[in-house]
Amino acid sequence: MIYKAGSYEVIVIGAGHAGCEAALASARMGCQTLLVTMSIDHIALMPCNPSIGGPAKAQVVREIDALGGEMALNIDKANLQIRTINTGKGPAVQALRAQADKRQYHLEMLKTLFNQKKLDILMAEVEDIELSAARVKAIVTRTGARFECQALVLTTGTYLKGRIIVGDISFDGGPGNQFPAARLSESLKRMGLRLGRFKTGTPPRIDSKSVDFSEMIEQPGDIRPLRFSFISPLINRPQLSCWLTHSNKKTHQIVMDNLDRAPMYTGIIKGIGTRYCPSFEDKVVRFSHKDSHQLFIEPEGRDTDEMYVQGLNTSLPEDVQIEVLKSIPGLENVRIMRTGYAIEYDIIYPSQLKLSLECKTVEGLFTAGQINGTSGYEEAAAQGLIAGINAALQVKDREPLVLKRSESYIGVMIDDLINKEIEEPYRLLTSRAEYRLLLRQDNADLRLTEKGRQIGLVDDNRWMAYQQKEEILEVESNELKFSSFTPADEEMAEFLSYKNTAAIRDRVSLWELLRRPELSIYDYVGKGWLRDNDPDILEQLEIQAKYEGYIEKQKEQVKRFEKLENKMLPPDLNYDEVYGLSQEAVQKLKIVLPASVGQASRIAGVNPADINVLLIFLEKKRRK
Amino acid sequence: MIGDDIAAISTAPGEGGIAIVRLSGNSVIEKVEQIFQPYRAGIKLSDKEGYSLSLGWLCDEKMEIIDEVLLGLMRAPRSYTGEDVVEINCHGGTLPARRCLETVMRQGIRLAQPGEFTRRAFLNGRLDVSQAEAVIEVIRAKTERGMNLALKQLAGRNSREISLLEDQLIEVNAMLEASLDFPDEVGDLDYSVAQGKLREVKNRIDKLLLAGERAEIYREGINVAICGKPNVGKSSLLNALLRKEKAIVTSVPGTTRDIIEDYINIRGIPVKLRDTAGIRFTEDLVERIGIERSQEVISEADLVLFILDVGTGIDQEDREIYEKIEKKNKIVLVNKEDLEEKNISETELEQLFPGVKIVRGSIIEETGLEELEESMEKAVLSGQLQSDDMEVMINLRQKNALLTAKRHIEDSLAVMGKVSLDCLGVDIWGALEALGEINGKNLKEEVIERIFHDFCIGK
Ligand SMILES: Cc1cc2nc3c(=O)[nH]c(=O)nc-3n(C[C@H](O)[C@H](O)[C@H](O)COP(=O)(O)OP(=O)(O)OC[C@H]3O[C@@H](n4cnc5c(N)ncnc54)[C@H](O)[C@@H]3O)c2cc1C
Ligand SMILES: Nc1nc2c(ncn2[C@@H]2O[C@H](COP(=O)(O)OP(=O)(O)OP(=O)(O)O)[C@@H](O)[C@H]2O)c(=O)[nH]1
Ligand SMILES: [Mg+2]
Repeated sequence: MIYKAGSYEVIVIGAGHAGCEAALASARMGCQTLLVTMSIDHIALMPCNPSIGGPAKAQVVREIDALGGEMALNIDKANLQIRTINTGKGPAVQALRAQADKRQYHLEMLKTLFNQKKLDILMAEVEDIELSAARVKAIVTRTGARFECQALVLTTGTYLKGRIIVGDISFDGGPGNQFPAARLSESLKRMGLRLGRFKTGTPPRIDSKSVDFSEMIEQPGDIRPLRFSFISPLINRPQLSCWLTHSNKKTHQIVMDNLDRAPMYTGIIKGIGTRYCPSFEDKVVRFSHKDSHQLFIEPEGRDTDEMYVQGLNTSLPEDVQIEVLKSIPGLENVRIMRTGYAIEYDIIYPSQLKLSLECKTVEGLFTAGQINGTSGYEEAAAQGLIAGINAALQVKDREPLVLKRSESYIGVMIDDLINKEIEEPYRLLTSRAEYRLLLRQDNADLRLTEKGRQIGLVDDNRWMAYQQKEEILEVESNELKFSSFTPADEEMAEFLSYKNTAAIRDRVSLWELLRRPELSIYDYVGKGWLRDNDPDILEQLEIQAKYEGYIEKQKEQVKRFEKLENKMLPPDLNYDEVYGLSQEAVQKLKIVLPASVGQASRIAGVNPADINVLLIFLEKKRRK
Repeated sequence: MIGDDIAAISTAPGEGGIAIVRLSGNSVIEKVEQIFQPYRAGIKLSDKEGYSLSLGWLCDEKMEIIDEVLLGLMRAPRSYTGEDVVEINCHGGTLPARRCLETVMRQGIRLAQPGEFTRRAFLNGRLDVSQAEAVIEVIRAKTERGMNLALKQLAGRNSREISLLEDQLIEVNAMLEASLDFPDEVGDLDYSVAQGKLREVKNRIDKLLLAGERAEIYREGINVAICGKPNVGKSSLLNALLRKEKAIVTSVPGTTRDIIEDYINIRGIPVKLRDTAGIRFTEDLVERIGIERSQEVISEADLVLFILDVGTGIDQEDREIYEKIEKKNKIVLVNKEDLEEKNISETELEQLFPGVKIVRGSIIEETGLEELEESMEKAVLSGQLQSDDMEVMINLRQKNALLTAKRHIEDSLAVMGKVSLDCLGVDIWGALEALGEINGKNLKEEVIERIFHDFCIGK
């Protein structure tokens, strides 16, 4: 029996990384919000690697933070180890990475959700979404509860028709021995949405008591750990180490001998996996010339003995997994605690969405996270945040928030999802961003805090911190630009020769001088030429001065890029009636319904002549 | 409003008397000013009003003369496109116009897309709304014609060369990007490997450009002018190269009064050979006109043969003539070596013409002619290429793309090891983007593909 259970402005289905951000954003923006999940005990679960951040992902976490999201704050409370990676490769690719305490991560998020006003949490499986005309109306749970809503955010992750595969065994299920969401896919299909089937996998977890760490190389955290959130307190707790070991010829032989039992090769798995997340058996086959692969043994929490074997993602049968593990130095006596497995699940092809993450054909339905074909906690959280924001903005009858490729990784990701035909799980890479030098982790707050404030997610505390930082930056950079030295200045001459760098020949400012690789901002602080500011400020000044040339170059490119991005196409444009478009372009444009001429130019099949036609069409319309 | 600077040859290709290179954009006037040397010193292009003309020389960045040109200047909004427009009227024929275009492109003015002038004219309100459809037709037609042409040229050899290039550049880029996105799995970039690959790519581009230039020379031919003071043997040389008595030869200085031209083939290269009136100060009106025309011929020439008479030695007249041709591609021929009395010494030649190819011989006795022809071939086919090397045709757009790619590669080679890897990536991306324009491909996707193909990455 279906019964009337209530009504909310926004409902979020799923409490993974996408769902948590969506629900918090919506409630914080003042919408009465319901968060429905299959298991309250698995909220903000990290079903795979125990880490957050890394190249491109760290930038995203900081962008989430700047917009007023939760992921950065949460991982700052729940980390085991923090490292900055890619140091020395440049500010654009430098990235923070944290090992997470999975249980604590879950608990901290739970606390935040419980403390959030206007947010209700419910454990239930949603099996149907009701529409009225082409607009979402209500959801129905498996136990008959019917909740009405104005906007709905769908973040079902890997649960839709989830199927677990271990070797020759397979069964319906979700991550961590949970139930799959069996019915919702049918409801989505009935709405006319096109679904696909993707696959991912996870390595086995092992008992730390059975590991001989003396055979491995220790990977400690940074001595001075940084934090993800721009407003978190400094991190000051003991860190745990990760451990490096390697597979060997014997390991690979075991894999080869058992290939006939690997589901990827027997054909049990039909979902499409990622090239960048191949299973261990894939790696052994494809890179057969490599005698050894790196494996990192990583802690999963402070209060658990479970450890994650990074690099050994596999769906080989359990007995083979054990044999493989035991061939590895330090793991001779290993005991498996959780078996590695692969999972297949339904996704919605994201080209069916708008840049706001609302479905093109179903008003009020937003989707975010792994259901959109992405993989990764950070990617999921970022989409969840945007979908939650836009659901709330819609309820409030405000314009959606759309971030550009030129201002954020979030913009790059969503634009890619919608314009490219995604055929395998999508993950962010720094190489996907055209303007990487501008989209750094260090300046995410400078890029996005104002946007967060406008939509109402940035509270006074964060806003004041931001304004203060901006002001100090302005003052200090001007001071560096205006204090200049001549060759006659003896103190400067002495300093430069001490630093082993050439003497100056003309009047030079401290700002310009900082471009020299031999000099660091801390030298200036040491000389008393600059106040000993917060490390974030010093870092920012140094990057802006040192990379000014390249940064300006990219800013020029962005200016050119944004010209077409700012030429908006009306959403109800009838492409059949635009004179001069090629057949192919008309077809593609009708499917994608791009928001701007810039977006149109990234659609395969739309050529430069079609872009000209669109520009002329817009001009003609403007003049009428 | 739209803004960035564009250029194109706006007259029909072929042998017109004059060709126009049209430029439009925010800063075309300032950019052309850098490479324009007006006849009347002190004239500043940027001070000129709209609808004005200026006469002078277009020069390259070393201020060597490219062509004698007439510049038409139109200021925004009163121009065809509604932006600042410069029209460079240069000498007709394909080569001079292309050279002018390439020169302005090196100033950072990009090649216009097909129909882009018309599009800008429309978007800037210079054309009526009723003309919108006509504008679209123009753009479509031009784009399609351009694409057909490019496709034809891309068939066969060219396309293989270009995909090889793409492949190598993608490989380097994937190496770099993989080390940034997957530091744990891939480790650091090996600079020496990357450097080697980039150099290879650059050499390949150079070879392609050279081969293209060479093919163009064989296809389009070159203009050669013979010049020198009266009576040195210019007409005799023309006849000797043509192997027929085309020009009158006498011992009277000032015999040739008008331009005499004919076509021959020197080592497979079509050559338009032009004999000129000997240049000297004269009261004779007819001869003076002839001399003026000689100067025109010189300015149009791809190669100048400058003739000296070993009997008379090098005098003031020779020096003055040489000043006029100093900036051109040239060969010095010391003629009449059969004479007993020799008044030109090696040291004198070396001093006056440092680094210039010098041939000594006698036209009457037919010595040195072989060497002269060989030197002519070398002088126009700059760079060493084996004759069995590729035969490729490169159009201007492709050449532009290759040059841009090359510039980015040179930049990245110059900064490698001195800047951080993310910055290095900017230059390598630039090269890849430019190369992608040739086939209209987005090579970025292929880089990502390549990372996963070449490197073992995964959890
Ligand atoms: C085996 C495995 C391996 C992975 N490997 C990687 C990896 O290598 N790298 C990587 O970056 N990421 C990996 N991930 C992906 C990563 O876990 C996800 O990208 C991320 O957690 C997705 O977040 P999400 O919020 O979209 O969905 P999830 O975290 O999956 O959350 C989905 C939520 O929706 C709820 N839900 C689903 N259906 C319903 C319904 N009908 N009614 C009510 N609630 C519902 C669930 O209870 C859950 O709370 C892996 C995941 C798994 C399971
Ligand atoms: N001894 C000698 N005389 C030559 C040689 N080449 C040309 N002459 C003579 O030089 C004279 C001038 O030759 P032209 O070819 O008419 O000279 P030009 O440079 O065309 O002279 P103008 O047309 O008057 O400028 C003729 O008498 C030629 O026979 C040579 O190699 N040796
Ligand atoms: Mg003569």
